[in-house]
Amino acid sequence: MKNKTLKVDYLARVEGEGALLVKIKDKTVTEVKFRIFEPPRFFEAFLRGRDYSEAPDITARICGICPVAYQMSSVHAMENAFGIKVDGQLRALRRLLYCGEWIESHVLHVYMLHAPDFLGYEDVIRMAKDHGDAVKRALKLKKVGNDIVNIVGGREIHPINVRVGGFYKLPTKQELQVLVERLQWAIDASIETVKLMGTLPFPDFEREYEYVALRHDHEYPFNEGRLVSNKGLDIAIQDYENNFVEEHVEHSNALHSVMKQRGAYFVGPLARYNLNFDRLTPIAQQAAREAGLGSTCNNPFKSIIVRSVETVYACEEALRIIQEYEKPDQPAVKIEQRPGVGYGCTEAPRGILYHRYRIGENGVILDAKIVPPTSQNQKTIEEDLRQFVPPRIDLSQEQLTWQCEQAIRNYDPCISCATHFLKLDIQRE
Amino acid sequence: MKFIIQKPQLVSPVLVIGVGTEYRRDDRIGLVVARNIKSLQLPNVTVVEELGEGVALMAAWAQAENVIIIDAVSSGAVSGTIFRIDANAEQIPSKFFHYSTHEFGVAEAGGLARVLHATPTRLILYGIEGADFGWGTEISPEVEKVSEEVISFLLDDISSFSLNETNEL
Repeated sequence: MKNKTLKVDYLARVEGEGALLVKIKDKTVTEVKFRIFEPPRFFEAFLRGRDYSEAPDITARICGICPVAYQMSSVHAMENAFGIKVDGQLRALRRLLYCGEWIESHVLHVYMLHAPDFLGYEDVIRMAKDHGDAVKRALKLKKVGNDIVNIVGGREIHPINVRVGGFYKLPTKQELQVLVERLQWAIDASIETVKLMGTLPFPDFEREYEYVALRHDHEYPFNEGRLVSNKGLDIAIQDYENNFVEEHVEHSNALHSVMKQRGAYFVGPLARYNLNFDRLTPIAQQAAREAGLGSTCNNPFKSIIVRSVETVYACEEALRIIQEYEKPDQPAVKIEQRPGVGYGCTEAPRGILYHRYRIGENGVILDAKIVPPTSQNQKTIEEDLRQFVPPRIDLSQEQLTWQCEQAIRNYDPCISCATHFLKLDIQRE
Repeated sequence: MKFIIQKPQLVSPVLVIGVGTEYRRDDRIGLVVARNIKSLQLPNVTVVEELGEGVALMAAWAQAENVIIIDAVSSGAVSGTIFRIDANAEQIPSKFFHYSTHEFGVAEAGGLARVLHATPTRLILYGIEGADFGWGTEISPEVEKVSEEVISFLLDDISSFSLNETNEL
């Protein structure tokens, strides 16, 4: 009898703290646990009793990588509760802010965190010794994203300019114009990124997933749309909790989200791509095809290419918004608060981020529910590993551990978001 | 906290970067030290705050010649231990500054900048061993009590940068 345990106590290069445990007995995977260690974050509890207007800034603190997502989901939920619609240039500016966050987050993950796995480097520092130009390109590209968030959001991380109804202060046309030339460069740089990522060696691994993402009438989704899946889901945001449920699992501090009666599902860039390829720009579509992707892709390792394609899109979209921008007269629409329940769901870089708030008299938050993308992908990550490990069971402990970590990073898990923090183990008994 | 500090007289441009998280107790210490330096309004000293995300740090110091970073660390040393690393002369210990949720953080930014020859002329990192990184704003007494000492070290560094500049002239 040959027993084996792969144990990675601290997952490197994922946001937060996480751990993986894979137990192997007689060449069979007997147990997979993707664990999240950081204590529950209690943000939902922090929000109770606070004013509705504080939600964007409080929830933005949940994550240093995707604060814009938290701000966007919270403002949309509040506006939903108050029956307010934000449109025109204010809406466009929100999309621009999201473009900045996608560029920042995707470039960080593609080059700094995930590419070293494929190229056989322990980290980006060692990768930079051989691929200095690519890493320099990444730094410059990410800075474009940072600067968009800085100009529109007030600062690069944890932006402070977002409010329910719009913004506190609007950028001038001239302030945005400084980004035009850099975005033109960024489109080319991100196309180069897609080409480079398309040349990586990808493990032969595909599964049949249920992908869930927003779908908008005519846009690649950021802030709005219906929730759809490749297996027939097509619901309004307010029906989210009728279709999805969070389950506590003993080995993790993060709740596992599942679809009722259906189980695990997949959110994030690959889900958005598979459900919204036709909403990408022709240039982004062409870049994807030239990198060997079809209009759909079922190999989660190729998420690194898809993130790069989405970076092309985000750069193009940002440029379009800036070129069409005219500063509105008012930075925000007027708010008339009222008691009620509001729902918001937007596409964070890692996938859908759901917020629901119940607002009482005087705009006080009575309760809140926040479901981040990583908690929605946790079960799918575990199921991937159950199928990924058996054909590779004879690999050395070191190689198998490396490949399992690489598989987890397909999802760019943001553990600090998921706990309402995370560590990794692989064992052969 | 009260500080009785001799301000340096000759100062060449210095960028002080306080790294930390406002609501994670001892992870605030880098921000607290930076804010105290800022309150001194030293000529040619710019103080900024960062969360510790590596690319943002590299961008922050991109145009700077003299940079000092202060951050909380979790290395297993006694709480309140002060580490001083000259990033151009020595390797930043792996995992040293990793309490941050960002796996491309201070250490990675310093390491990557060295490989890409993108470090400032002088890059000094101060690490203060934290005790409690839980939720909240209260800094542990053993960490808070060394902050004045760290500020004093920082001011010595700022003065030495100026002296070096003068000597070079």
